[in-house]
Amino acid sequence: MSKSSIMPGFRPTIGFTLIYLGLVVLIPLSTLVFKSFQLGWDDYVNIITSKRVLHSFRVSFSTALAAALIAGFFGFIVAWVLVRYSFFGKRFFHALIDFPFALPTAVAGIVLATIFQPSGFLGKLLADSFGIQVAFKPLGIVIALIFISIPFVVRTVEPVLLEFEPALEEAASSLGATRWQVFGKIIFPNIFPALLTGFALAFARGVGEYGSVIFIAGNIPFVSEIVPLLIVAKLEQFDYSGATAIALTMLVISFVLLMLINMLQYWVRKRSGQL
Amino acid sequence: MSNVTQPINPAGLVARQERVLQDADWVRWSLIAIAVGFISLFICLPLGLVIYQAFSKGLEAYWTALSQDDTLAAINLTLLTALVTVPLNTVFGVAAAWAITRFEFAGKSLLTTLIDLPFSVSPVISGMIFVLLFGAQGWFGEWMIAHDIKIIFAVPGIILATLFITFPFVARQLIPLMQEMGNQEEEAALSLGASGWKTFWAVTLPNIKWALLYGVLLCNARAMGEFGAVSVVSGHIRGMTNTLPLHVEVSYNDYDVIGAFASASILAGLAIVTLVLKTALEWKQTSR
Repeated sequence: MSKSSIMPGFRPTIGFTLIYLGLVVLIPLSTLVFKSFQLGWDDYVNIITSKRVLHSFRVSFSTALAAALIAGFFGFIVAWVLVRYSFFGKRFFHALIDFPFALPTAVAGIVLATIFQPSGFLGKLLADSFGIQVAFKPLGIVIALIFISIPFVVRTVEPVLLEFEPALEEAASSLGATRWQVFGKIIFPNIFPALLTGFALAFARGVGEYGSVIFIAGNIPFVSEIVPLLIVAKLEQFDYSGATAIALTMLVISFVLLMLINMLQYWVRKRSGQL
Repeated sequence: MSNVTQPINPAGLVARQERVLQDADWVRWSLIAIAVGFISLFICLPLGLVIYQAFSKGLEAYWTALSQDDTLAAINLTLLTALVTVPLNTVFGVAAAWAITRFEFAGKSLLTTLIDLPFSVSPVISGMIFVLLFGAQGWFGEWMIAHDIKIIFAVPGIILATLFITFPFVARQLIPLMQEMGNQEEEAALSLGASGWKTFWAVTLPNIKWALLYGVLLCNARAMGEFGAVSVVSGHIRGMTNTLPLHVEVSYNDYDVIGAFASASILAGLAIVTLVLKTALEWKQTSR
């Protein structure tokens, strides 16, 4: 970019940006940090290691992981089909991918709860034929999080698949590679970093998700209680310290996990020669 | 050159090539079946159910549910929230994109990262930070009680939490586009004597209008639909601090299924309108 000084408006725009960012985002977020400084280490450990809190962490992270993996697998197939094949109704399905993103989470929550509750359309079917109960179990949380995760995976994989050079495939196949070899050695390694990004976005969103989960989860302590719900419960009891301790821990764990995924992604890119 | 003796079969070669480049029919159709099945189960079924549930007891039940005072109050509050937050975040988005893409300065990438911050915070935590600031035991709690100012469990808290949640939407659409566009066109206008404002209105805005609309659309959808953050600061006071998504929750928990789905169908309608406009805008942008 040229360093022209004739462009006007730097001071007012950057001034407004910084003040607004400070007021709306940074000052409110900093309360989390300051509040946690007020908390003694022993108090913090006591809050976090209570059985109910530990259990909610296990539920939140394991369901988000399972949902991101399942959404990653099927989302990849969906993106593949949407980019590479043509079939009747493709445009319609394509537009629908963003529906979970556009639908308010509370609506998603009551809809999924209605479908999967024991008397619901699929809930009854699954209970009667397979003896599987979905609602009020971690499985219900996984279902809700899969719904939320779909657009994250499909929308990150799709552009990379679209830009993928057919010449690479042609070269490999003209050198005698089978279709499976082309997929396994050429296509997939190129798409994998994007798939990881989609997985990470879905996972991060899943850990913090609230609205679409609470209705189907039933929020039974030690069974289907997620971390965000526990934070809300603490806030409702005016236990601000408890809520802060849990919130900060959740943010730190998510941050560390995302960093690990980023490192993995870097390593994959490096190995496959994309860096 | 020992294989010169072998007959060359170009037709066979081409056939092999195509087979290797394209997936076999059974692979293609099973993948399509998996994808369509997955989308039908996880997206079409929920979509169909909202519409079915809302009208299952007939249009009349739907209208009675929607014309209740509490529902109308919730619709009003949702509209008010969007009306305040969307314009503010739009002005911010344009200003931030202008500063970031038209000038060089230290800390630019840090600023871009900070703008995205609200996306990576759980909605519940986004609401909680405002409770820590303005709640009864928050930083300004005592001062606000002394001066009789209510933010938490009141409308200002809902607006603040929504402002935080929808903060990055417009900026995020504009920054990559304006970066890619460069500023030659604007420099040309300026060097021909146009004022800064005139340049923005006549040169920049026409170039970014679709991306801007797209950002505003997503920002609005989220502002009207946000649940977690708003739920924490609202206090769920019927007819006072319930937005439409919160009204859905309250009705559902009171076993008022028709009422819950009537309100939910408005929000689902909003989501569908958003999707249709979004798809239209995407076509506009790619065909530009």
